[in-house]
Amino acid sequence: MSVPILKQGTYLIAVIQSALGDADLLMLQNDLTEMVGESNVNGVIVDVSALDVMDSFSTRTLRSIAYMIKLCGAEMVIVGVKPEIAFSMVQLGLTLEGVITALDLDEGLALLDREIGKRGENG
Amino acid sequence: MAEARNEPERGGPRASRNVRVVINSESDIVAARQKGRALAEEAGFKHSSDLAAIATAISELTRNIVEYAALPGEIDLRQAQWLGKTGIEIIARDTGPGIPDIGQAMTDGYSTGGGLGLGLPGVTRLMDDFEIKSRVGKGTTVMARKWVP
Repeated sequence: MSVPILKQGTYLIAVIQSALGDADLLMLQNDLTEMVGESNVNGVIVDVSALDVMDSFSTRTLRSIAYMIKLCGAEMVIVGVKPEIAFSMVQLGLTLEGVITALDLDEGLALLDREIGKRGENG
Repeated sequence: MAEARNEPERGGPRASRNVRVVINSESDIVAARQKGRALAEEAGFKHSSDLAAIATAISELTRNIVEYAALPGEIDLRQAQWLGKTGIEIIARDTGPGIPDIGQAMTDGYSTGGGLGLGLPGVTRLMDDFEIKSRVGKGTTVMARKWVP
């Protein structure tokens, strides 16, 4: 089950549609980093609200994706971590340290606008 | 409660309705946790945080089999009953290399597989009961239970 990635302006939006296996997550990692590398993208949103579980592998992979995107000069926001998933992640000892999160897609877009706007002013 | 009184206590929790998921590759991880979640719902778990905890525990236990053990391994999922309580029991069984130092494997941050090393100690926090048996060269069996609150 591959994850569709939409381009909106200078943002990429990946909306995960269902539970993902490891291979699907790695494919998302490849697709996103490739697209950030080759097109004029400065922001990425990954919507994880359809994920049934965020276990050690999916958390690690999402964190890697966020770092890779940052290295490519863009910002990534993870949106839609459900409360029960957050609860299990914390009990398991998992963190998304250094990764920006927002409640939902709207909040994520607003956050990206602010982050990237700030960068524009400073640069 | 009446039913529970008739059960022999010395046998410990009674399990029924076994669902076995054979683990051949990482693509079986999602199937195992989805079957476990469905069984947990049948067993009476209602809170989404309990269902997520059970699915996450199954995901980590299955991942251990895929990362460390000789495939195929298996996950047995069943409803458990004890003293009037109902719950779900997960048994993860493999014929891998076994764990020489279980104490070390149960320590947060310890990993031999390049993972985060949070799997087993994390599962004890997500579930209520936990047992591990391992023989070097023979394999490992992990049992974890959670009771409907």
